[in-house]
Amino acid sequence: MASTFTRVLSRKRIVGILSLAGAGSLVTGYLINKDKVHASVKSSRRMYPASAEYPDLRKHNNCMASHLTPAIYAALIDKATPSGFTLDQCIQTGVDNPGHPFIKTVGMVAGDEESYQVFAELFNPVIKERHNGYDPQIMRHPTDLDASKIRSGVFDERYVLSSRVRTGRSIRGLALPPACTRAERREVERVVADALSGLKDDLLGRYYSLTEMTEEEQQQLIDDHFLFDKPVSPLLTCSGMARDWPDARGIWHNNEKTFLVWVNEEDHTRVISMEKGGNMKRVFERFCKGLKEVERLIKEKGWEFMWNERLGYVLTCPSNLGTGLRAGVHINLPRLSKDPRFSKILDNLRLQKRGTGGVDTAAVGSTFDISNLDRLGKSEVELVQTVIDGVNYLIECEKRLEKGQDIKIPPAPGQIK
Amino acid sequence: MPFGNTHNQLKMKYSAAQEYPDLSKHNNHMAKVLTEELYAQLRDKTTPSGFTLDDVIQTGVDNPGHPFIMTVGCVAGDEETYEVFKDLLDPVIEDRHGGYKPSDTHKTDLNPDHLKGGDDLDPDYVLSSRVRTGRSIRGFCLPPHCSRGERRAVEDLAVEGLGSLDGDLKGKYYALKNMTDEEQQQLIDDHFLFDKPVSPLLLASGMARDWPDARGIWHNDNKTFLVWVNEEDHLRVISMQKGGNMKEVFNRFCTGLTKIESLFKEKGHEFMWNEHLGYVLTCPSNLGTGLRAGVHVKLPCLSKHEKFGEILKKLRLQKRGTGGVDTAAVGGVFDISNADRLGFSEVELVQMVVDGVKLLVEMEKRLEKGQSIDELMPAQK
Repeated sequence: MASTFTRVLSRKRIVGILSLAGAGSLVTGYLINKDKVHASVKSSRRMYPASAEYPDLRKHNNCMASHLTPAIYAALIDKATPSGFTLDQCIQTGVDNPGHPFIKTVGMVAGDEESYQVFAELFNPVIKERHNGYDPQIMRHPTDLDASKIRSGVFDERYVLSSRVRTGRSIRGLALPPACTRAERREVERVVADALSGLKDDLLGRYYSLTEMTEEEQQQLIDDHFLFDKPVSPLLTCSGMARDWPDARGIWHNNEKTFLVWVNEEDHTRVISMEKGGNMKRVFERFCKGLKEVERLIKEKGWEFMWNERLGYVLTCPSNLGTGLRAGVHINLPRLSKDPRFSKILDNLRLQKRGTGGVDTAAVGSTFDISNLDRLGKSEVELVQTVIDGVNYLIECEKRLEKGQDIKIPPAPGQIK
Repeated sequence: MPFGNTHNQLKMKYSAAQEYPDLSKHNNHMAKVLTEELYAQLRDKTTPSGFTLDDVIQTGVDNPGHPFIMTVGCVAGDEETYEVFKDLLDPVIEDRHGGYKPSDTHKTDLNPDHLKGGDDLDPDYVLSSRVRTGRSIRGFCLPPHCSRGERRAVEDLAVEGLGSLDGDLKGKYYALKNMTDEEQQQLIDDHFLFDKPVSPLLLASGMARDWPDARGIWHNDNKTFLVWVNEEDHLRVISMQKGGNMKEVFNRFCTGLTKIESLFKEKGHEFMWNEHLGYVLTCPSNLGTGLRAGVHVKLPCLSKHEKFGEILKKLRLQKRGTGGVDTAAVGGVFDISNADRLGFSEVELVQMVVDGVKLLVEMEKRLEKGQSIDELMPAQK
């Protein structure tokens, strides 16, 4: 055995390998054969030039593939964030999932807060494409969680069946789901569950760890539509965020079942406020109150959320930067949904439709999930107001169609300036 | 390399207890062996190419296993993994390979003349015969850990080597990403095409990254010798044909492998091999010979016999459905192959299959006639 490895690590081979090396090379210094110390033994990782490592993206249709030129790849390939996350790790999900001609996925993730800086040369154009022209280099993202600014926001419940607002939050200093170690993930769970246990009154609730849940608890959470499963989408699993499942994953919700937090699913936390019916204003009020309380509680222990004025709240997927906010309703629009102008109306209202099973599901009957398209460049208050105004407009259209009246497509808003 | 284990040293700021995986609900070889103490002992090590303990065990952590089927739960990222993490892998190997000790030596014998018989398995019962193994190219990281550049280099070497084969081994390479629809359909019809793995056992190890880049299938014009490139291992080599002439299949297998090995050596490359572990492959279950020699055989009566399982065990054979591992038998036709991989030579394993299947067919014929098979019961091999 020893002689075999000595042959492998002979000087000649090391010279051969290093001659292929690009700008950087790993140095781990591990010595297998302790009897024969080779002072010059460094990593025997074969190093190829960037051109030999560049992924084949010719059949790909995602934001990463649209912007990852060989030049950018070569410039970034030897870099790593302080926690060791590399470009290849950022883009792995986009390489493994070529995408769909109609649906343009993002195709890359962050492993930690610093990913967005270290790999800015790729993240910035991706962010710009995904977020409607938002340029992180020159723009600032407004954060506004003052629910008192909301106008109206109580919908006609003959149309709106339920209202929901969700976002995500990351704990600064701990790596994100694609990169975190088991200990880091457990630390996220500990910090968040600890903070949530400090919530009171209508926010008083309980944490259910996925590993320790009883069968009854599991069934109840499924019946409440609260339980999340191990991700099956290859978009998610290829990024590495499902490792060690279900270790350190869990669900917290308040006793009233109107405020819910997912721990260590696609992000450190996903925060959800929801109710049956059309009182979006109250849903958003609870949302803001809950978020601010949780933030106060983690700050008491010396932690804070990942946030900066360029990108807003920092989350795993670039599509969720800024507010990370999706405010939506389940709404029944039997006539409007059959009108050929429906999609255009939604577009101009900056809204998107999904099936009631969430992203990538189909609508059942004429009930849709309608929510904001945008995440970054507009504040939480602005986005929720957009949803409220938009949903009111849709209800108006439906009512007009009921009476046999005609409807108008609203004017399109301008791009972010 | 993938999945956040790039800087192993940074994990050291957490204690072993904080990082140790929760294996309380797990049933695989890795989970049986990896105590918290052993985890603490091995967690700061890495192979020269940077493969870490967490990389080795990720698939076993992510796939708790099954109460009845004991999976391995760990993989190698390079040849050195088996040395650096021997304190974990030696006991796993011992458990998986029938008590094979760290001090044992493995015999390699690819001389087909050493096989006795094997050319006369009854084709009325034995529908097809097949021998497969894997080979890894020394100096390159294995599928869980290789970079795109490395994987492409392995493909280039394989294509170059295979391109030199001639005679009845002359053939053609089909890269997965360049295949035409017609080529793809033909390969499916021939039962040659392999798909992107869907098993979470494989996906969790990272071996499906960048699919289908640098993956492909080579086969000879006669469609009796086939090589998979960069699927679960660098190379999977398969010799197969209809009918029961296992001797011919094994002949071609040995000839082809030996030729491929010498073609690689001409270019300055060799296969990963050592006298303790034999041929080194990604999964510890495939060490030694990496060989599975098997037949598709009709055993409708015998398979219903209460002693079927016991007979197979005594003959050191295993049964699978005709779809391969984890499939069920269809219409009384079983895939019967050797259970062992390490500690027996290639010739010895194929001999076991040849002798064993001959006996099984004889038993089937007796049961067809309503006769007893008690006197044919084999002793434990």
